[in-house]
Amino acid sequence: MTKYILNRLFHSALVMFTISFIVFFIMFKAGDPVELMLPPDATQQEVIEMRATLGLDKSFLVQYQKFLVNVSKGNLGNSFIYGQPALDIVFERMPATMELAIISMLLSIIIGIPLGIISSIKPNSILSRIIMFFSLTGISVPVFWTGMILVLIFSVILGVLPSSGRGEVYLFTSAFTVDGIKHLIMPVLTLSIFQLALILRLTRTGMMEVLMQDYIKLAAAKGVPRKVIVYYHALKNTLIPLITVIGIQFGQLVAFTIVTETIFAWPGTGKLIIDSIQNLDRPIVVAYLLVISFIFVAINFIVDVLYTFVDPRVRV
Amino acid sequence: MKFFKNELLVEYFEDKLAVVGLVVFIILAILACAPALFSPQNPYDLAQLFLENSFQSPNPNFLLGTDEQGRDILSAIIYGLRISLYVGFASTILSVIIGFSLGLISGYYGGWVDTVIMRIADIQLSFPAILIALIIMALWGAGIGKIIIAITIVSWVYYARTARGVVLSEKEKDYAQSAKALGMNSFAIIFTEIMPNVTAPIIVIATVRIAVAIILEATLSFLGLGVPITEPSLGSLIANGYQVLFSGYWWTSVFPGIILMVLIISINLIGDRARDIMNPRLKR
Repeated sequence: MTKYILNRLFHSALVMFTISFIVFFIMFKAGDPVELMLPPDATQQEVIEMRATLGLDKSFLVQYQKFLVNVSKGNLGNSFIYGQPALDIVFERMPATMELAIISMLLSIIIGIPLGIISSIKPNSILSRIIMFFSLTGISVPVFWTGMILVLIFSVILGVLPSSGRGEVYLFTSAFTVDGIKHLIMPVLTLSIFQLALILRLTRTGMMEVLMQDYIKLAAAKGVPRKVIVYYHALKNTLIPLITVIGIQFGQLVAFTIVTETIFAWPGTGKLIIDSIQNLDRPIVVAYLLVISFIFVAINFIVDVLYTFVDPRVRV
Repeated sequence: MKFFKNELLVEYFEDKLAVVGLVVFIILAILACAPALFSPQNPYDLAQLFLENSFQSPNPNFLLGTDEQGRDILSAIIYGLRISLYVGFASTILSVIIGFSLGLISGYYGGWVDTVIMRIADIQLSFPAILIALIIMALWGAGIGKIIIAITIVSWVYYARTARGVVLSEKEKDYAQSAKALGMNSFAIIFTEIMPNVTAPIIVIATVRIAVAIILEATLSFLGLGVPITEPSLGSLIANGYQVLFSGYWWTSVFPGIILMVLIISINLIGDRARDIMNPRLKR
């Protein structure tokens, strides 16, 4: 077990290292923002000096090596545009993004799994068919389109919900103030509808497959009540693969906050990353992607380890 | 083989919703194939646009209204549909070819080839597709060819993994082993003996992935990182319309959005049905 965990840790570190290298290389190739940072009438001499101060005149390997040395000291460099440490800027915006992602994920799980179970028990009933049609619509609607329609209905037509910003923030989140919750409703709905539909469908497919297995038939033949079969025996085996999916989907949610934050002018990392890519602000882009991939890698790691506890067959 | 196909087709038509999806999709595809035949105007011929027609709400002359340049939204949607479908299909076909081949090779040969291909796949899968595509497009700039490549880069993995998985289980089976014993070369074994067995799961994934590719393109175009403004897809039409949503010109974004939604729902209905009839685990 310890060997397995160590192996996984090593693998995770390797992934992060590869990512840092690729991103650094792509951003290096894309160029630097020196000419954007200086006034338009700056001389060639000033441009060269600026590059030298930022260390951008060095070769790729020298720059990357310097970056690695700094990383080992916990320093991801200063933003070219803002001049502050890139990591600080990313962390400052992170709570707003995580708040959206976590609340949306919880909502999707709490609603998606029960509806998935209901629609799997009697797959041909009218209720199941209605649920399935809505879930199909849910996975078919692009996130930005959901957001737009919500804005159209609740902000433009009804005028009851604010369409931009985070509202009043208390203890890192807007979930504790009335104004904050009003601001949260639309972005959270926008993010969760797709996830909810996906979790619902996966639960349903999983349940239907499990319910056809022989041990379920045996349990039914032995007279185990239907409810016990569904909610205990079948559900248990359906939830295991779901853990992995939920782990991967959380990454998707974080990525889609980029779209949601653009629509709702949410002051999180999504808007920051789009601006930084376009400004060629390499330190911010690298810092953001490293933080995000750290979160993904950590989730994947936790999921894998959890898995070996839940399902002994995977233990290698 | 013929009997097998017919049986599947008959089974497909047993689900009414799936038939509706197929019919709707065929109608949209026909519209997209010959937009000039069905559009009231050519929305990108400036000589046909008149500024005095700008921002008309839906009326008998302009069924779905007009945008700020007096462009007929219905025509813009039909032309946009063409671009969305083109990007969706082109990127899916390209990713099937690349992913499928790499997966077959990876599974059949094993060893370091397998390790390299699957490690790349693993790293890529630990990142959300939209994020990778977004970075590529942000640095590359908008363009139809570019977005097709960007979507291919994030999509090949799914086919590679599926193809590899099936090959791993198939290559030990008697028919593959006897082909090998008969002295067939590995290339021929992979592509003539094993490939037919991988086709069904790949078709199912490809159907669903076309929908995903279209959504991805629309999302990137919405963020201004997809197709160029001169060749707007449904996503770019929605993005344009979104800018004037607060002024009350809802038709410029709502109608393209509805068509996009209908398109994707129809593809997903087809994909769902295809998965159900080809999944042996749901049949007993």
